[in-house]
Amino acid sequence: MEHFISLFVRSIFVDNMIFAFFLGMCSYLAVSKNVKTALGLGLAVIFVLCVTLPVNYLLYTKVLGPDCLVEGVDLSFLSFILFIAVIAGIVQLVEMVVEKFSPSLYASLGIFLPLIAVNCAIMGASLFMQQRITMSPDSTQYIGGVSDCLAYALGSGLGWLLAIVGLAAIREKLSYNAAPAALKGLGLTFITVGLMAMAFMCFSGLKI
Amino acid sequence: MSNLKETFLTPLGLNNPVAVQVLGICSALAVTAQLEPAIVMGLSVTIILALANVVISLLRNTIPNRIRIIVQLVVVATLVTIVSEVLKAFAYDVSVALSVYVGLIITNCILMGRLEAFAMANGPVDSLVDGIGNGLGYAIILVIVAFIRELFGAGTLFGYQVIPDCLYEAGYMNCGLMLMPPMALIILGCIIWAMRAKNPELQEK
Repeated sequence: MEHFISLFVRSIFVDNMIFAFFLGMCSYLAVSKNVKTALGLGLAVIFVLCVTLPVNYLLYTKVLGPDCLVEGVDLSFLSFILFIAVIAGIVQLVEMVVEKFSPSLYASLGIFLPLIAVNCAIMGASLFMQQRITMSPDSTQYIGGVSDCLAYALGSGLGWLLAIVGLAAIREKLSYNAAPAALKGLGLTFITVGLMAMAFMCFSGLKI
Repeated sequence: MSNLKETFLTPLGLNNPVAVQVLGICSALAVTAQLEPAIVMGLSVTIILALANVVISLLRNTIPNRIRIIVQLVVVATLVTIVSEVLKAFAYDVSVALSVYVGLIITNCILMGRLEAFAMANGPVDSLVDGIGNGLGYAIILVIVAFIRELFGAGTLFGYQVIPDCLYEAGYMNCGLMLMPPMALIILGCIIWAMRAKNPELQEK
């Protein structure tokens, strides 16, 4: 339980997807123009993460790992292809569910819902999970079961949501500022994200 | 012929995938703390993009429209797996430094963007040139950011010390902040600022 909580808190603040690893930057910059859509995308990311990560974990430990299917065969080099196939399939499913139950959210997310499939945050979480399985069980980053996976997915999803909603709120205000013409828009956004990342760096000394 | 040249040259400058189209930012920022991984990453992306462009361009008339994204992802994932295995075999240190970011080339938006926008509509030769151009455009930004970060952050280039000892004795210090994630964002922001100041047509209204 203790490990569960520390993994969760760590993945929100210390190992934040955006500020520490730059994962999911493309949709992060493109969809952060207003808070409402940002919130929708953030929730979609949390949901997709929570579904794909446990599935990929089971796939990796039960099917691809050394000696899983056939004695003496290590299929882990196939992990990239299978992970992305699982993610693409699940995103398709989520898209159909959202279209059915919340047409307004579907309309406002538009092109970005299918783009979650190629959102680096989703793929990145699976790849980090693959790395963390091999860590020592004492480390707070260790992932050793489906529940750990869920904690990591929920935590990194929340961290991502926090980052995108924060940036969207700042950008809504920034659009009224008289910045130099060349800096306006993208350049200013990058520098803002940099400053936010610097603020998040103060969590890096956190001992949990 | 002039068309090919244009296809090759615009992604290097005015239509740069990273600085102008804002694609593939994730990996562009994460691997730039040192020059060597940045260059390897740039080259890997160029090779994968060029090959994936050619393959998709050859298949473009046979891929059913509804499943094209999956087909593109599978082609890219296969190429990335090959590159990742090659890196592990011949450049193990760099592959450790790049960690998960090699695998993340699959979800690099430059790839999907070019495959979708260019390779699905053009012949293999054009696509090859377009792939190389965009890959190099990506690599250029990586190298610029990595150069600044490694020079000011560690005082080295490719791991060799370039800032002379006498400067350190005179009180010069490396800026450790340069090696932290936030500076990558701020440097890229400044590069975009500089590019837009020089080319006013890129500015946002």
